[in-house]
Amino acid sequence: MRKGTLRQILLITDGCSNHGEDPAAMAALAREQGITVNVIGILDRGAMDENGRREIEAIAAAGGGMSQVVYAKQLSQTVQMVTRQAMTQTLQGLVNRELKQIFGSDVSLEDLPPDKRGQVMEVVDELGETVALDVLILIDTSGSMKTKLPTVKEALLDLSLSLNARMGENRFSVFIFPGKRAHAEKMIDWTPRIEELSTIFPKLASGGLTPTGPALREAIAYFERKRSLRSWIGDGDEPYIEESSL
Amino acid sequence: MAMSHTSKNRLCNLPPGTVITGKWHGRSYRLLRRLGNGANGVVYLAENGRTRVAVKLSDDYASLASEMNILRRFAKVQGAALGPSLLEADDWQSPFARETIPFYVMEYIEGENFAAFIRRRGKEWAPVLVMQLLSVLDRLHQEGWVFGDLKPDNLIVTGSPPSVRLLDVGGATLQGRAVKEFTELYDRGYWGLGSRKAEPSYDLFAAAMVMISSCCPGPIEKKGDGRAQLLSIIETDRFLTRYKEVLQKALDGRYRKAADMRRDLLAASSCHTSAENERKAVPSRRSGRQVKRRRQARGIVETVVIAAALLGAYAFYIYWQLAM
Repeated sequence: MRKGTLRQILLITDGCSNHGEDPAAMAALAREQGITVNVIGILDRGAMDENGRREIEAIAAAGGGMSQVVYAKQLSQTVQMVTRQAMTQTLQGLVNRELKQIFGSDVSLEDLPPDKRGQVMEVVDELGETVALDVLILIDTSGSMKTKLPTVKEALLDLSLSLNARMGENRFSVFIFPGKRAHAEKMIDWTPRIEELSTIFPKLASGGLTPTGPALREAIAYFERKRSLRSWIGDGDEPYIEESSL
Repeated sequence: MAMSHTSKNRLCNLPPGTVITGKWHGRSYRLLRRLGNGANGVVYLAENGRTRVAVKLSDDYASLASEMNILRRFAKVQGAALGPSLLEADDWQSPFARETIPFYVMEYIEGENFAAFIRRRGKEWAPVLVMQLLSVLDRLHQEGWVFGDLKPDNLIVTGSPPSVRLLDVGGATLQGRAVKEFTELYDRGYWGLGSRKAEPSYDLFAAAMVMISSCCPGPIEKKGDGRAQLLSIIETDRFLTRYKEVLQKALDGRYRKAADMRRDLLAASSCHTSAENERKAVPSRRSGRQVKRRRQARGIVETVVIAAALLGAYAFYIYWQLAM
């Protein structure tokens, strides 16, 4: 298997989108391009309304990622767990595909005897530790999110703490939506250190619309732009493309 | 993949008497009662004929397989029991799920929860058990591992004389990698006191936190400056304050080896009997601190006097040389 980069979008939101394309469709589009979309719904108290919850689950399902709805207090733990699990899931998908190639039939992890399964997992764990990871963090800053932003910041710092302990390389980029001019606005360009975050967060102003779909679309475009730039330089940093049939 | 809620609930609530049969090896286990919930599955006490075993069920194939890998590797370490020993791994064709449920069978370690034991038998057991823990950790570190998710819930006190053993090895990580599983309170990253890189000092921080939390009556929650908060907890607790130096050093990640921390803990424990006698002469902690301050002041005076004497002697020497 060639060495590559795992690509994820981490969407942090507290409710329903109300503008533009269906975010689930955009997430499906991301998946087609080998980008996993994870979604975290964040609550103050009480429960998330049914529509919001359904949308979050739909986006993650379409984007081949994980979703979680949590109270602000548990955010740190959740963000790092969701990111890790989604990585394992993607890698497992890739390994499963390799297995199918080797055995020719529909063999997945579950069909192997427990001992063999262990050997496969050793490979997955090893990859999870060493693979390069690009995470584009997409933060909803509309209306009600304002009070939750300090918690989001803390959770993202915690995420970088966890991921930077890995042997593989990490790059983070932060977008917020709605942006001032576009649907999504870039806050931080690709960087291995997310600590810069502390300087930009106080400047955030919260707006009214929640264009989750368009924001996702712009996030995907940003991934693509980065890749085309990279191919100019000839880095040869191929992304892992996951088949949607996993 | 994460457990879906319904299947997790079902796995957690299997009625006693449920018989689990493996599809690969064909052995059967009768569940007796639930022992606990781990991060990724449920552990039951079960019997196979006359033998009592612990059975862990999960619907997460991947993490269960990773965990078994760790148990297998630990089993290869000769002499020391680093975790429960793995007996068998298999899949169960359950009646309520279409797919099979993976499980593994391990040695059943009978004992008492670490925190409960200390509550029942007294705080003086905490340093003793932590010293035992440090011996086990030292062994584990020498084998190239870090335990990772070290907390009272993952420790069990067994037998007479009481000895501490590690449970739930799911968080164990090879040194140099990132710690995968952790619990905020025992995680130095959460307290802002270090990275999540798996190195011996990561476990030693958690070991210090185990000692602090098991001696501290209330729940601990981080507020503001983590380090200052932990130090004030240690200083305000009459018992913990005896071990202040060791704990502080461990919290700051200044121990490279579990054996070093163990040695200092042992030294602090054995000198506290003499400290106890001193304490009787000095009624309160405040006056104890004053004595210390006075001692410090005396030290400064001494230094100044010696320096003055040396300077005087030197001046006299130069004067004498010039006069010659």
